Amino acid sequence: MNARLLPYVLILPVTLFLCLFFLYPFVLVAKQAFSTGSGFTLDNFSEVTSYWKFPITMRNTLLLAAAVVPIQLALALLMATMVNRMQRGRDLVLYVWTIPLGISDLAAGIIWLAIFDQSGFLNSMMSGLGLIEKPVNLLTFQNPGIVFLAIMLAEIWRATAIMLVILVAGIGLIPKEYYEAAEVFGASKWKQFLRITLPLLRPSLQTALVLRVILAFEIFAVVAALGGTLFPVLMGETYAYQFDLLNSGAAAAMALIILAISIGFTLIILRILRVPKGATI
Amino acid sequence: MAEIQIKNVAKKFGEYQALHDIKLTISDQEFMVLLGASGCGKTTLLRIICGLETATTGEVWIGGRRVDHLPPKDRGIAMVFQNYAVFPHLTVFENIGFGLRMQKLPNEEVTRRVERVAELMHIEMLLKRYSGELSGGQRQRVAVARALAMEPDVILMDEPLSNLDALLRMEMRAELKGVLAESKTTAVYVTHDQVEAMSMADRISVMHKGKIVQAASPIEVYRNPAAEFVAGFIGNPPMNFLQATSTGNGHWTVAGQSFDGPNSDKTLKFAIRPEDMTPSDTGLTATAKVIEPLGAHLLVTCDVDGAMFRAVLDSDTVVKPGDRLTLAPQTDRVRWFDPETTLAVA
Repeated sequence: MNARLLPYVLILPVTLFLCLFFLYPFVLVAKQAFSTGSGFTLDNFSEVTSYWKFPITMRNTLLLAAAVVPIQLALALLMATMVNRMQRGRDLVLYVWTIPLGISDLAAGIIWLAIFDQSGFLNSMMSGLGLIEKPVNLLTFQNPGIVFLAIMLAEIWRATAIMLVILVAGIGLIPKEYYEAAEVFGASKWKQFLRITLPLLRPSLQTALVLRVILAFEIFAVVAALGGTLFPVLMGETYAYQFDLLNSGAAAAMALIILAISIGFTLIILRILRVPKGATI
Repeated sequence: MAEIQIKNVAKKFGEYQALHDIKLTISDQEFMVLLGASGCGKTTLLRIICGLETATTGEVWIGGRRVDHLPPKDRGIAMVFQNYAVFPHLTVFENIGFGLRMQKLPNEEVTRRVERVAELMHIEMLLKRYSGELSGGQRQRVAVARALAMEPDVILMDEPLSNLDALLRMEMRAELKGVLAESKTTAVYVTHDQVEAMSMADRISVMHKGKIVQAASPIEVYRNPAAEFVAGFIGNPPMNFLQATSTGNGHWTVAGQSFDGPNSDKTLKFAIRPEDMTPSDTGLTATAKVIEPLGAHLLVTCDVDGAMFRAVLDSDTVVKPGDRLTLAPQTDRVRWFDPETTLAVA
């Protein structure tokens, strides 16, 4: 086999697979979004964006991402730093912390529903402590704050580990000598974190944040389980267009809008966390 | 004024005793080299002085102040790391100024000091670059500049030249010695390279198995090794050893030849440096095995009384493998060691 051709031959199967099962459906969806049966049109987009629920779903999705992702980032950084300092039992702790990753998002939603439900753990606990006389329904339209909080908690519990795993790997790659040098030259632990860990972690932070933010805009099952229709999000609306209203053109348009938002935020994250030209990290 | 005193420092890593009861005083502005093979504890000792490691027992004093409970930044020290540890995400300027920024010095002061040491280390044209854009030698200069910028009382160096190629190492050796002498700081320099130690040090502490075997000037360590280990470690090729038997009253027989030596009735070892011998009519009888012409001189590995023996002879000497040589040791350069204690016997 020609050595120059070999790499291309080796990536051919996966390329074909991606073209067939990713690129081709994507083109179909895009075609669907930009047509209503009679050539190119933006009708689908104007239909979905002018619907009264659209601003609400957009606001809810962005609000949730804005509330969840920074907390997850901070938590993941804290947990990754802790794991890296551990001498023994490091792997065990890491496995335990990543258990939620192995659970589907719908199952995660149902677990948290079992906590917040009228007959759930939280109610039993509160009545056991004598805080309430009879079970209260927490997840109702009267308590939008609690609904939001429950979804936040479930998301943080479920999806922090994906960032954690990436950041643990990234922190592990930073040579110990940099920390020793920083310590000798007078940097406190906090300054070491700010001046050494964070900048040298930029490539991992990029990956973790891009992945997490994209997933945050695609949030669906957790919201469906905990909020139902109380807290409409973009992906929920896309589902409704496709399966409840059987309007696949509108669903495709929604999907492309979510994609555009994801790409936009990805570019912003890559820009903010870029490595200065010439620096090698 | 920064004299370093190491008082009875010992260090254990679990069951492993890395340092045994180290006592050492390094005078103000002295260039002290800790020399030894890898695993002898020299880097551990340096890291204890630095504060990156804590001694299991003992005290460290710098400039008349006990510092072993203080963090590195409060010890008046700066360090040059073996792999330089030049931060890859900062420019050369910010690397050199890192410590000064941590001290929250005003911008003008940082700029003034960074520019001064950059000039001293000849890297003023590199200030805007990142470490990835530098050669190993340049990175080394940045690491030294960063330490000098702190204007420390003590500068600690952990094998700073070991990652450079031979030619650059020789150049940096001389330069580093000059810069440090000028900066009037006390320097502690760890190396396994005896040439580096000999050429740079005011004093060498030879370390072996967690102990300081000898701390003396380079020439003293070379001429009068305190122990067999030092004699065998310093010098390239190292000292030759031969079995000696006492014939009483300070007279000794070595490979059939008589020598005057210390008054002792034990069995001792006779030691002589390879370059302290000349071919002569009387002396040790040697059979040449391997001849290595090294340009400046001739290295002859031979057999004396069944033991391996090296002699450095004039490059014009005509000798070939199998030849018999008679080598006369320079009597004032002969040293004696007690095989039991391995220490030198006067």
